[in-house]
Amino acid sequence: MGQDSKIRVLIAKPGLDGHERGAHVVAYGLRDEGFEVIYTGLRQTPEQIVSAAVQEDVDVIGLSILSGAHLSLTKKVMEGLKAKGANDVLVTVGGIIPEEDKKTLEEMGVAGVFTSGSKIKDIAALIRTKLGKNA
Amino acid sequence: MEEKLALMIEAARKSNERALAKLISHVEDRKPGWKDIMKAIYAETGRTCVIGVTGSPGAGKSSLVGEFAKQLGDMGYTIGIIAVDPSSPFSGGAVLGDRIRMRDISTYKNIFIRSMATRGMLGGLCQAARDVVRIMDFAGRDIVIIETVGVGQDEIEVVSASDYVVLVTYPGGGDSVQAIKAGVMEIADIFVVNKCDRGGADVIVSEISAMLDLSTETTEEIPPVIKVSAFTKEGIDKLMEILSEFIQKKNEGSHYQKEHIRQEVMSILETEMVTLIKEKISSNGNMEKELKLILSGKSDPYSVADELIKRFAVIKNPKQKRKGDFQ
Ligand code: B12
Ligand SMILES: Nc1nc2c(ncn2[C@@H]2O[C@H](COP(=O)(O)OP(=O)(O)OP(=O)(O)O)[C@@H](O)[C@H]2O)c(=O)[nH]1
Ligand SMILES: [Mg+2]
Repeated sequence: MGQDSKIRVLIAKPGLDGHERGAHVVAYGLRDEGFEVIYTGLRQTPEQIVSAAVQEDVDVIGLSILSGAHLSLTKKVMEGLKAKGANDVLVTVGGIIPEEDKKTLEEMGVAGVFTSGSKIKDIAALIRTKLGKNA
Repeated sequence: MEEKLALMIEAARKSNERALAKLISHVEDRKPGWKDIMKAIYAETGRTCVIGVTGSPGAGKSSLVGEFAKQLGDMGYTIGIIAVDPSSPFSGGAVLGDRIRMRDISTYKNIFIRSMATRGMLGGLCQAARDVVRIMDFAGRDIVIIETVGVGQDEIEVVSASDYVVLVTYPGGGDSVQAIKAGVMEIADIFVVNKCDRGGADVIVSEISAMLDLSTETTEEIPPVIKVSAFTKEGIDKLMEILSEFIQKKNEGSHYQKEHIRQEVMSILETEMVTLIKEKISSNGNMEKELKLILSGKSDPYSVADELIKRFAVIKNPKQKRKGDFQ
């Protein structure tokens, strides 16, 4: 009764990447889909991202990376989550990701990769499906 | 209680961050069993010192909270931060951005930050925030800082339930003094004029002081008004001095006040009653019959409301109450 559950998403930009537009578009887009989006701003370390994800108890982490360092940064985040026993958190990655790296990311456990031109509707749909939650 | 919840409580008691975070979600989402959690931990709460920080949008609340937390953390306190931002009335979603200005402290071992959306809870935000404070308290946080935008009755209520209220304003905020006049003034224990690096702060300080002189009874203590800069750190020492003095005083006295408890029980009851009645109504034909009566001129909204209250709000035979009815 009175249940008021929301999908909580952390949008983070790891590393020294100043391209903030995509992260904004996704953050506000997902808000309009009814999600609660925690935005942590630029230049986050993987450690900061993992710590925020645990404290905020998010369902999803969305990494926005346009710097080209997506493989190493994502790997560090995945390892950090595991170390904290939080590897049940869904991880998605967006930005400039070459086609051939998508598979590597997926092998690391990334649930979805979204490159330029991705639609918010598709991002939201993937998150809802993977979580099996509709809020 | 479900074993899973009991284990979570046990782990949170030992300050396990993930368990603390999960407990907060469970209670914030009002998932089944949330009240059992609160009942189980209540006796071990009431120790933390709650500092409310409010003020106009963009005044620098998050920047200052980050600074307080860092300094209080360095003094050896464990800190919980609750940063409240509004939910969109259209989608029900929210962008919670207070962490952007607290980045430097986000991995400090003794600082735990939680963002919270208002979720348009009917008078429920205050209670939900209180519950989160209590869970942090239970998990051993010495100080809990709540940040919320000083607009909207609900959000003002949240900070006014704190032990100490910091009202943040800034020069160039245009109507910031107006906003203070409009109602948040009474709840402040200290007025902080931020961004004094930009000039114009002295004018605001004197305006606020003049306002306080006019409106404060001679017997009351006039709250301090100070100018600071979260950027240059000017005035922060003075602010920390006042804050830590208060925290020490609170730690000596402490514990719940009778009047606060009375308010809290009332507030829980209000939310629960509304939810209960809404549920009853929707599971009993959603008022369709009554609405028809009103439309055809045979009744009116006032009589229908009276009748529904009589029908649903009074539990005639408590023995027949289903287990969990009030959960
Ligand atoms: C605008 C722009 C800039 C602006 C950024 C302004 C800002 N504050 O954002 C400025 C001029 C500052 C800039 C600077 C640089 N840029 Co630039 N920039 C671009 C450009 C043209 C567009 C990026 C953009 O905003 N797109 C619009 C948004 C909405 O799209 P998006 O970010 O792709 O996001 C979408 C998806 O990727 C996805 N998505 C993104 N994030 C996330 C997150 C999640 C969780 C999900 C699910 C989805 C998702 O959804 C979004 C919506 O569809 C791109 C080229 C391009 N066409 O992409 C180059 C580009 C990204 N830049 C590039 C470079 C090299 C630079 C510089 C290093 C240039 C230099 N030598 O100085 C600097 C570095 C700046 C820095 N500090 O990081 C390269 C990157 C190369 C690479 N990664 O291999 C690109 C690809 C250009 C190129 N072809 O060479 N840049
Ligand atoms: N010049 C100056 N700018 C400041 C100062 N403190 C904060 N700011 C800037 O003011 C803006 C808002 O700061 P925040 O700390 O996010 O303010 P806030 O009150 O938490 O904002 P909301 O939570 O959005 O209402 C940011 O751009 C800060 O960089 C200060 O002391 N001086
Ligand atoms: Mg803020």
